[in-house]
Amino acid sequence: MVLVFAESQKGNFKKTAFEAVTYGYKTAQVLGTECVALALGTAHNAADLGLYGASKVLHLADATLDQFDSQVYAKVIAEASQQVGAKVVVLSHTSTGKSIHGRLAARLSAGSVAGVNSVPTADGGFKVKKGVFSGKAIAEYEIKSEVKVLSVMGNSLQPAVVGSAASVETLEISVPASRVKVKSVSRIEGIVPLPEAELVVSAGRGMKGPENWGIVEDLANVLGATTACSRPVADVHWRPHHEHVGQTGIAIRPNLYIAIGISGAIQHLAGVNNSKTIVVINKDPEAPFFKAADYGVVGDLFEVVPKLTEAFKKFKAAE
Amino acid sequence: MKILVCVSKTPDTTTKIAFNASNTELDGNGVQYIMNPYDEWYALVRALELKEALGGTVTLINVGPADNDQVIRKGLAIGADDAVRIDMNPPSALNVAFQIAEHARAENYDLIFLGKETIDYNGSEIGAMIAEYLDLPFVSYATKLDTSDGKTATIQRDIEGGVEEVEVDTPFVLSAAKGLAEQRIPNMKGIMMAKSKALKVVAPAAFEDKAVTVQYTLPPAKSAVKMIAPENMEELVKLLHEEAKVI
Repeated sequence: MVLVFAESQKGNFKKTAFEAVTYGYKTAQVLGTECVALALGTAHNAADLGLYGASKVLHLADATLDQFDSQVYAKVIAEASQQVGAKVVVLSHTSTGKSIHGRLAARLSAGSVAGVNSVPTADGGFKVKKGVFSGKAIAEYEIKSEVKVLSVMGNSLQPAVVGSAASVETLEISVPASRVKVKSVSRIEGIVPLPEAELVVSAGRGMKGPENWGIVEDLANVLGATTACSRPVADVHWRPHHEHVGQTGIAIRPNLYIAIGISGAIQHLAGVNNSKTIVVINKDPEAPFFKAADYGVVGDLFEVVPKLTEAFKKFKAAE
Repeated sequence: MKILVCVSKTPDTTTKIAFNASNTELDGNGVQYIMNPYDEWYALVRALELKEALGGTVTLINVGPADNDQVIRKGLAIGADDAVRIDMNPPSALNVAFQIAEHARAENYDLIFLGKETIDYNGSEIGAMIAEYLDLPFVSYATKLDTSDGKTATIQRDIEGGVEEVEVDTPFVLSAAKGLAEQRIPNMKGIMMAKSKALKVVAPAAFEDKAVTVQYTLPPAKSAVKMIAPENMEELVKLLHEEAKVI
């Protein structure tokens, strides 16, 4: 059986969880078994996980789980997986999932691969792939242990509705005390966080100053995209640190990445080159980013970006 | 404080990647190797700052072959006191974490630091694995750490779309993200001193690998960029809708 830990925020399951369940469902099909989802703490729409292929949802409702501690989570998930006899445990490759993943592998003596981007194969051993070396290669692993732990890279597959609402069963596991005290959690409300964003509009030094970001925000608003920036721009505080994408910032893989006034240094590309489609707008035709782009526009961004915004507005109005 | 910093050797991001004839291993010829930036810039430097403020020692640990000594010496030149290298070609994350935990168990470190991930495999697994083997708390993606007594620490960590603040008592394992410290460049004195610092080479403990690399492949070649005239943004929108199908 495949057990998927479905992450929720304030009790709501979102795309990340649906992707993980879709991945778990497809893995279960490969193995000829069923996929079961696990929900921890407050859970409002746990039954929805059935839509994506979970045959049932196990729910441990202990409210202390609303505060995250990797040690407590790993203990609880390991115990749940042992209770149900899971052979594969699937997590999301998010800050939460990644903090649990290694603990779970060690605790279950399980072979693990973190950040997988395709469904495993099972003829001639259990094999699974992930991108490595900043997207310059793909590595295939074989996991030999009886129990396997995988974390799924965000946006590596689309959540697919294959079933109907699942029954939610209460799970009884005693939750150990945490040694990490959560004092506060602050989230920026109202935007899709960058690791989950499907559409990203990003800008760099070509913007010339923080006062010019209005045209970037206008474009993002029309598209419903999340805004991002390059490292130099975050370093000089033109934009907040949490917007920095690239090797030392956040690695993202949206469906659409629009890069405005970013030259495309390899350290930047390392964080964004898994994007499905890349549009580069730059006045320098020699900018290295064009080599990694699907669509390129050579021109003055202060003229091109408002035109693009207008074109998207027309498109949205016609839709 | 007694602090252990785990450091890893990675190919530089700008380096060209090639594999051996059977595509089972990275071909190291001509590859530019560096210390993993998250280990060097943030984990190691914050550990040194804590030592400077509160006293104690900073020990480096690396799991790897003798080629890695160059990277370890750099860490000593930046300011670590001594180093341990577990002498093996690391075959899996779990094995690396097991070896580090075996060393740490006997030494009773107050803190174990490492970068949030390596820039080659980006697995982000080792810290959590070490913490689990040693039954310690794990604080990941730390961007700020304050402690006045070296016993209780207040830490800010990156979470999806925000920041979490936690409090935790030593000993614990921490993974470092950008912001935790500022990069330090080794000076000549540090480089000279590093040569005489102890670098102990230890044989690995027995461990059965549970996941192994089967082969590497190159991603499909990207098709050439399609250039759009700057006055023709309707065309770009049309292509994104009809051809790329992303809007």
